[in-house]
Amino acid sequence: MSGIQTIQETGRQGGSLRKWLSAPVPDSPFQARMQALWLAWLRLRGNPPALAGAVMLVLLILVAIFAPLIATHDIFAQDLMTRLQPPSAQHWLGTDDLGRDVFSRVVYGSRITLYIAFLAALIAGPVGLLVGTTAGYIGGWTDTILMRLVDIFLSFPSLILALAFVAALGPGIENAIIAISLAAWPPIARLARAETLTVRSSDYIAAVRLQGASRLRIIVHHVMPMCIPSVIVRITLNMASIILTAAGLGFLGLGAQPPSPEWGAMLSSGRQFVMNAWWIAAIPGCAIVFTSLAFNLFGDGLRDMLDPRHG
Amino acid sequence: MADPLLRLRDLRVTFPSPVGPVEAVRGVSFDVGREKLGIVGESGSGKSMTGRALLKLVPKTASVSAAEMNFAGIDLLAASERRMRTIRGARISMILQDPKYSLNPLMHVGEQIAETCRLHQRIGRAQAKARALAMLEAVHIREPGRVYRLYPHEVSGGMGQRIMIAMMLVTEPDLIIADEPTSALDVTIRRQVLSILDELVTTRGTGLIFISHDLNLVAEFCDRVLVMYAGRVVEEVRAAELNKARHPYTQALLRSLPRLDAPVEVLAVPTRDPEWRDGPTYRFGEAA
Amino acid sequence: MTAPALEVIGLHVTFGTGARASRAVCDASFRVAPGEAFGLIGESGSGKSTVLRALSGLNIAYEGSILLHGRELPRVRDKAFFRHTQMVFQDPYGSLHPRKMVNQVLLEPLAIHGLDRRQERVDAVLEAVGLGPAFRFRYPHQLSGGQRQRVAIARCLILEPEILLLDEPTSALDVSVQAEILNLLHRLRTERGLTYVMVSHDLAVVAHICDRLAIMNRGEIVEELSVAALRAGTATQPYSRTLLEASIGYRPVIVDEAGAA
Repeated sequence: MSGIQTIQETGRQGGSLRKWLSAPVPDSPFQARMQALWLAWLRLRGNPPALAGAVMLVLLILVAIFAPLIATHDIFAQDLMTRLQPPSAQHWLGTDDLGRDVFSRVVYGSRITLYIAFLAALIAGPVGLLVGTTAGYIGGWTDTILMRLVDIFLSFPSLILALAFVAALGPGIENAIIAISLAAWPPIARLARAETLTVRSSDYIAAVRLQGASRLRIIVHHVMPMCIPSVIVRITLNMASIILTAAGLGFLGLGAQPPSPEWGAMLSSGRQFVMNAWWIAAIPGCAIVFTSLAFNLFGDGLRDMLDPRHG
Repeated sequence: MADPLLRLRDLRVTFPSPVGPVEAVRGVSFDVGREKLGIVGESGSGKSMTGRALLKLVPKTASVSAAEMNFAGIDLLAASERRMRTIRGARISMILQDPKYSLNPLMHVGEQIAETCRLHQRIGRAQAKARALAMLEAVHIREPGRVYRLYPHEVSGGMGQRIMIAMMLVTEPDLIIADEPTSALDVTIRRQVLSILDELVTTRGTGLIFISHDLNLVAEFCDRVLVMYAGRVVEEVRAAELNKARHPYTQALLRSLPRLDAPVEVLAVPTRDPEWRDGPTYRFGEAA
Repeated sequence: MTAPALEVIGLHVTFGTGARASRAVCDASFRVAPGEAFGLIGESGSGKSTVLRALSGLNIAYEGSILLHGRELPRVRDKAFFRHTQMVFQDPYGSLHPRKMVNQVLLEPLAIHGLDRRQERVDAVLEAVGLGPAFRFRYPHQLSGGQRQRVAIARCLILEPEILLLDEPTSALDVSVQAEILNLLHRLRTERGLTYVMVSHDLAVVAHICDRLAIMNRGEIVEELSVAALRAGTATQPYSRTLLEASIGYRPVIVDEAGAA
């Protein structure tokens, strides 16, 4: 009896959630926002490549979160008796030159990669947004000075710039993240400034100026919300390059330090064994490609999702 | 009508949408001869889509169907894209709303007219240029030689629209579809552009379908008026008898416009009666 | 005679500098009495919108004086001015922030000016423009053109201004929606004793709302007359007569266009 009631309740609950999400008149700001999110989700569902990217990303995040449960071996345990073993039942993706399980190291490596990627984006995004919107809205000398600063940063190739900073600050994950962020924020600032210039002449900005709003309020509450979608899309599409830069730094020994299972470092150490033990380099390489692909596919579909005009 | 240029029966244009197929045009039928036919409606009434469907210029996702769509003996519905390209611009022309957007900003305006000539008629460059200049004179542009070499951004709105008309009439089409040709123009310029269109259409015996949201303008300019609502024609009247319109929507539209000569305290607001969606169509005062 | 609510004396607005300077407004002067609705009519390029933007403080690069209740306004307006004077824009699709709900749009001016009883005021003003509380949590893209324009009007009213500047408030709307908005504007003016300065290219619309109007051509005020005189057709200047005739209807008139760029 109670089982059937529970199922019925669940059915009703499912139905009422649907109804709540598609109610024509939202009763609260929360409901309105949830409805907007639900519509964004429907748009994502209608875009197969973007949906695939999203699924891949979710998979990656889950792997990173549940790494201790997924990994089969201790990533630091060396066993020189079983070094350079090909993929087998015991070591699903083989072992590396120190006998460590490649599969477990790749799984834990996802944590490092995502950590670097998200943190770099979290620093570069807001900094670029702030600089770009301020320069674009205020104009004049502020614009000139800030944009010349951006130009200076942009004139360095990103990997070289990152290298320079890491060399100055010393190797390590945190320094690698700072270095990558320094290379990633200028294009964001340029993008935000371009959007701000378009937004600046709109009637809704004129309207809020006519209410006596201060420039700070206008920039933070009115201009930035219009720039954020483009910035998010741009950063997501840049993730691939951020990950590759991180891998590059790791490859050069300037990022995560051994014995950390960072994919770039794994690639580097696997170089010498490419001929006879290809899995040591190929597997982390595939992981990097998989992650970059996921971000690219998802980033492509993000703009559609984030634009409320397609409600 | 004795021998209409265009016979249209039961035109339907359907768009796919997340909530299912949406019919933008739901069964529009009319004939056009060598006369001025006005199609009036608000946004969403399907009037522009009707005009575009005739030339098969609807978006790829839309589907067009009709019981009959016959132009001077040619079945437009069955015509291939290649056939349509020979018809568009040569036998049926379309004038759009804003010359800023419909003229190529990178070409001299005169050359654009000449290009239209050369595309549809096998004539040489010099002859095309001569035709273009003649056409510019026909739309009453003084100094056609100087204007020939101007770029679209260098001409005013009214002149741009005259150039547009010249471009669309240089091939001497049988039918013109004008989609809000004067909506982007100032009031005083509007009269002049309409006069030119009137003169050309009358002297050359071209048919004209004039699509607009301005009921009074259409009534004064055209011979016959179709009123569209929600994708259907709800009324057809002779322009001179517009004040005797029978359909409640037409009457409501007429009453909701502010008038200089008849001040009212409160304007009548048309209520959107759901019955109008599928109700009767009034043709010349009789319900059909 | 009571002091005019708004007085413009010798307004000049020039865009560009040096050889490429173009005069958008040239020596415009007029007065608007309290509670009056004043219309500015002109075609594109006449300078009417430029006058309005100078009045509102959006454009501070003007010469001449603008007086509010007899006191000259500084070029850079202060907050108190904005409680007093508000503006309704032409394009309902551009005048609301695309990412803000109606409720947020209406609460913002209250937050800027530190007013109390905020939600009450929002609900009251939504009722006043004919939208109910059901519209509070909608985004602009979920509203029709007429509804957006009502929200824009509500946004102006929430600060309880005395003067409303209207920049072609109905020209981007469908005919039937135009009637609703014009009725709303008329009703609000009567109920609240507002002063309007309305810019339009449509004589009939201005005649419906306003008491007096000025006709502008190429930056200059050509003629000032009352709406009654306009309806009677007693405009004196030739440009006014041309405009009047053109607005009444279509009659064939062909002019050879000279091709000036």
